Amino acid sequence: MYRSIFFLLPSWILLLIFFVGPILLTFYFSFTNLALTGAQAQSTEFIGFQNFVTMFQDPGFRISVLRTIVFLFLSAIIGQQVLGFLLAILMKGKNTTFRRTIGIIIIAGWVTPEIVVAFCWVAFLSDNGTLNMLLNSIGLESVAWLFTFPMISVCIANIWHGTAFSMMIFQASLDDVPKTVEEAAIIDGASKFQLLFRIILPMVKGSIVTNMILVTLQTLGVFTLIYTMTGGGPGNSTQTLPIFMYNQAFVNYQLGYGTAISLVLLVIGIIASLFYIRSMKVQI
Amino acid sequence: MRLKYAKKLTGLSIILICFLLMTACSDEGASGTSEGNSKDDLTITFRSGGGTNEGLVDWLNKNIIPQFNEKYPDVNVNLSPLEVSEGDYFAKVSLLLQSENTAPDIVTEDTFILNSDANAGYLEPITDRVKEWDEWGSFTENVKAGVIAEDGEIYGVPYNTDSRGLWYNKELLKEAGVSVPWKPKNWEDIISAATAVKENLPKDVVPLWMNSGKATGEATSMQTFEMLLYGTGDPLYNKDTKKWIVESDGLLSSFKFIDTIYEKDLGPELSKVLNGQASTIAYQQLMPKGKLAIGLDGIWQTGTWREGGPTPWPESSEVLGFAPMPTQNGQEPGTTSMSGGWAFSIPSKSNNKDLAWEFIKMASTKENNLKLQLKDRNLTPREDVAKEEKYQEMDFFEQASSFLENTHFRPAVDKYPNVSTVIQTLVERVVTDTITPEQAVEQYKKEVTSIVGKDKVTER
Repeated sequence: MYRSIFFLLPSWILLLIFFVGPILLTFYFSFTNLALTGAQAQSTEFIGFQNFVTMFQDPGFRISVLRTIVFLFLSAIIGQQVLGFLLAILMKGKNTTFRRTIGIIIIAGWVTPEIVVAFCWVAFLSDNGTLNMLLNSIGLESVAWLFTFPMISVCIANIWHGTAFSMMIFQASLDDVPKTVEEAAIIDGASKFQLLFRIILPMVKGSIVTNMILVTLQTLGVFTLIYTMTGGGPGNSTQTLPIFMYNQAFVNYQLGYGTAISLVLLVIGIIASLFYIRSMKVQI
Repeated sequence: MRLKYAKKLTGLSIILICFLLMTACSDEGASGTSEGNSKDDLTITFRSGGGTNEGLVDWLNKNIIPQFNEKYPDVNVNLSPLEVSEGDYFAKVSLLLQSENTAPDIVTEDTFILNSDANAGYLEPITDRVKEWDEWGSFTENVKAGVIAEDGEIYGVPYNTDSRGLWYNKELLKEAGVSVPWKPKNWEDIISAATAVKENLPKDVVPLWMNSGKATGEATSMQTFEMLLYGTGDPLYNKDTKKWIVESDGLLSSFKFIDTIYEKDLGPELSKVLNGQASTIAYQQLMPKGKLAIGLDGIWQTGTWREGGPTPWPESSEVLGFAPMPTQNGQEPGTTSMSGGWAFSIPSKSNNKDLAWEFIKMASTKENNLKLQLKDRNLTPREDVAKEEKYQEMDFFEQASSFLENTHFRPAVDKYPNVSTVIQTLVERVVTDTITPEQAVEQYKKEVTSIVGKDKVTER
């Protein structure tokens, strides 16, 4: 007993210093008026719930929550989750060469660092970008994609970047569905539709929820991609919570307020995860 | 046997933790520490993102550092540039200055944030040092004001200042039927000249370029919004009552002017003007190619076009004109401008303050400051340099210096940087048609009040 505690001690200490410590500090700072510069940087005061009161009265915050939900819904749930599942289904049972080729292409998006993904998409969608060049070559006019359809643009980039992850999770769990069960269902006269909704989906429900939680948490934290592609603009049309948080902390120099927003982001992540678990009635 | 193994493992783990903690908390790699070194280190931090400050770097490397090393051969002068956008520079500097391990010995500070950084305790007051320095008397009085914080102490030595006006392409305006030299008398004249360009010249010529987005940061507040606002007679801040003016006719007129430019399609495409590279697009790409008719910006743009600059354009002195920005209706004194400038400051957590001060003194002499302006193409903060023939001969410097007559400075108060970001956001939202000018004024009032407090705002 003592020996196991002794062995775990190093990791406990490291966890306390580098994981729990910053979380507690974030929690504390979100109740202060800590600033990056100005008098408040020198004399930080405890201001209770003031940051949270300001936040809920701030139209910028409300807009950011809305943008975050839209971004989450379009790129994580509809995009990565559904598309990932469809890809996995389409590849199920296909021969290995086919699976490998398609798999490698999709995974290329996933292994590319977020900042590189962002630059690739900027190069593709910008005014003088590849897409406009293609349009011009067939006689169509250029479109300022990143400014006319900013949210759609960042969503597509995020889907391109993250779908491979969902696809791999679903591939693994679809492979675990016993062939005998499927065959039995087919012999009983189940259509492909029934097979999918009555047999396969219930059997991979656990993976769906796990993936949903992972993809949601990951998408809630997407910063580099949006910041590089649109900077949260034009106006505030792609200003999700991480961008809003960064702007408050490092552009408006209000670190205390910024940490308060990060705390809300954390709470949203927890609520979303619990919601998935409850609504799908699975045990994680 | 097993116990022995366990003991070994425990021992190893403890050593590993100690090592990790030591690495995490160690001083190594920190700049400016002189202990144990045979040479002293002097670190200078400035912004160098996107080709900015090429002149400054050249001047430091070729002129100042060799001079300094002649006098102090045992000092290593390290340049530690921050390769970031303008907005990120201030945040990064604030973070660097918080710790002895990261603070440089000299930092370049924009005068608009100097007061905030001084209030945060990041900068060393140099009032006593300046008093003993016989050259301080040669600095222009109103430029000196930019480095004096609210507590009355001096926090830096200015190395440049600037003024802003309307760059215009003489050939394009002539072609559009506007008489040259162009001297707009009021805002209406600017709109009509831009309209003429739009109507008479090809579609790819941008009639009027003003920084209009959040991405261009302070340039949007100062070069665009405040150039307009101070021309209406309504300032941002009332120095006498120490209150922010959150409701005035000037605020509404300024937002309306910006709105008009984009409503009438006289500005550039939004995708070009709302990004961080806006200034590069306008003055390194469009203007030299004759695709931009009028641009509201600062004198330092000549640094872009000088020989050896980012986009050498020797013909610029012939092709371009630099007109003063008129007041809204041409009311007294007829023209307006905004001035800022940069200063060398010593961080309070620097390890080599005396040497840093020696360096700043050497860099700020008459000869050295003149050399800097010849490379960097900004206005000098020194009266004696301004009288030098070489300085006066530089293209457009006569006009730029004359703008200083009716120039304004940003409020040197703690909350200015925060108010400035509100302005940037609102300008971008007006430009993108998300809100009307009236709504912008309403929001300005609300947001500034919440930043500075109800007791520090007033109406006009």
